Amino acid sequence: QGKFTLLRDTRTDGSFLVHHFLSFYLRAGCKVCFVALLQSFSHYNIVAQKLGVSLAAAKERGQLVFLEGLKSCLDLLFGEEEQPGQPSPLGFLSTSDLRALFDFVRVSLTPVDGDSWKGPVLLVDDLSVLLSLGASPVAMLDFIHYCRVSVCCQLKGNVVVLVHSNEDSEDEENELVVTSLCHHSDLILWAEGLATGFCKDVHGQIKIIKRLSLQQAGEQDLIQIYQYKIQDRNVTFFARGLSAAVL
Amino acid sequence: LVFTEEDKYGLYSNLLFKYFLAEGIVCGHDLFVASAKEHPDNIRKELPAPLLDDAYGKELGDEAAAAKSEDFQDSMKIAWRYQNLPKMEASPTTHTKFGHYYDVSKKMSPELCQSVKWHSFYLHEELSLEPGMKTWNMNSGYARLLQSIQRIISQEGFDGSDPQKKQRNVLRIGIQSLGSILWGDDICCSDTPEDIHSLTKFLYVLRGLLRKSLSACIITVPAHLIQNKAIMERVTNLSDVVVGLESFIGSERETNPLYKDYHGLVHVHQIPRLNSLICDVSDTKDLAFRLKRKLFTIERLHLPPDLSDTVSRASKQDLAGSAKLLSSGCGAMAIGKKHLDF
Repeated sequence: QGKFTLLRDTRTDGSFLVHHFLSFYLRAGCKVCFVALLQSFSHYNIVAQKLGVSLAAAKERGQLVFLEGLKSCLDLLFGEEEQPGQPSPLGFLSTSDLRALFDFVRVSLTPVDGDSWKGPVLLVDDLSVLLSLGASPVAMLDFIHYCRVSVCCQLKGNVVVLVHSNEDSEDEENELVVTSLCHHSDLILWAEGLATGFCKDVHGQIKIIKRLSLQQAGEQDLIQIYQYKIQDRNVTFFARGLSAAVL
Repeated sequence: LVFTEEDKYGLYSNLLFKYFLAEGIVCGHDLFVASAKEHPDNIRKELPAPLLDDAYGKELGDEAAAAKSEDFQDSMKIAWRYQNLPKMEASPTTHTKFGHYYDVSKKMSPELCQSVKWHSFYLHEELSLEPGMKTWNMNSGYARLLQSIQRIISQEGFDGSDPQKKQRNVLRIGIQSLGSILWGDDICCSDTPEDIHSLTKFLYVLRGLLRKSLSACIITVPAHLIQNKAIMERVTNLSDVVVGLESFIGSERETNPLYKDYHGLVHVHQIPRLNSLICDVSDTKDLAFRLKRKLFTIERLHLPPDLSDTVSRASKQDLAGSAKLLSSGCGAMAIGKKHLDF
């Protein structure tokens, strides 16, 4: 409850973690607001069905609020003039102001009478795209801060955000955002490509960092490292060096 | 969204671009071609002619026959563990038939070219932006291109908006040399460009348009000219497939005996992971291309064994350099920067 989880990937694609959290929270009965900036609704829907959850049904019953970035930007750019009273959540594309996006999140997750969902969850895939669309790093950090205050503290919900990062990245703005978010996260799941290169049986390694140092002074962060292999319907994790191919 | 990083002189990426368009014509897809460099009509005249099945089969057949004559092999004595591995297939065999093959030395016949609907966008002939059109501070060239693409998609019903239309077709979009100075964007000439978000915003909206309609798009970009690498990282994130072509022309690799059979390398930086947790990764990451008189082929790069008696320092460094190349992998799975030291 009230936790901020950061999903991070380096040299590989960490989106399997997003799919996992999405189906996990929906199955747990939480109300989820999913800000999906990178892929279309049908992509997530198809994968979620493989994982045993129907996004369309969740949307119908009001459990899932889905912001499809790709579709909304088209409506914004090619559609009619927006009503002045209802700024679009993607309004930052012209104004570089993420406030409308935050309002969208807050309104979606504020419980309505008659709601019986356990705990609200905000899921973002992925935050690094906002930089490509013209948002400034400071605005993004402010947005995340507001979301934490609103979702984690006030509503006692969870926030899960995916960012990309690269070693020797030249994208300083991105590195700034990622480093800053790392400092403030309660849990970091870091999916990395293997340092030795591509391997068919081990797709990467995942570092799980529990930020115990945030909770109590003097405590050390707990770091666990596993390797993983992604399959069609699930992901198998194993200790380093113990992949099924080797044993 | 197929994103291609151009090779230095644009020769080979242009070829790849034309292949994409030619395949569209042969499959009966509609085409949309945008360029700021060459008039699209000129591009259309230069498309390669499709090879008839038997002609290609014969070419490949000749090569395969030559290889088969050495087929019987003595059992290996030292490297016997390798005996059981399948024989290295350099090019796709004739049983994997996906797409069509083209003869680079011949041009496509005008009748075949006319058989599909052709939409073109030549930046310098387009009318200026309508006032009041939202651009989101994007470069006006890009904004006009987006508007044009969106108009074609909705008018021709590629987004399923016209329920009357029974036969649904695919739209193939080809955009040449995006990001170059000819489009009015200065990311290729300056370290601190005026607007680093134009290209990425354009790609995001394009991605939205492609997802919403039955279309596929190839873009070539002179990536070697873009000084600001952060842009390339963001662009990779926004594309489904990223392929880089590195030609050996003018580089020291041209005379390197290791590469003498090839004209360049193909770097696959990213492959799509759509509608699934997994992506379709091939066994090998090392691909090279060569342009024969009639065919442009992409094959697995295999280095010949180093059989010289005296392995001098210089060639050892070359090998190390190539080994580094071989160990670099694909972004969707894993990229290793350190090559394995033996």
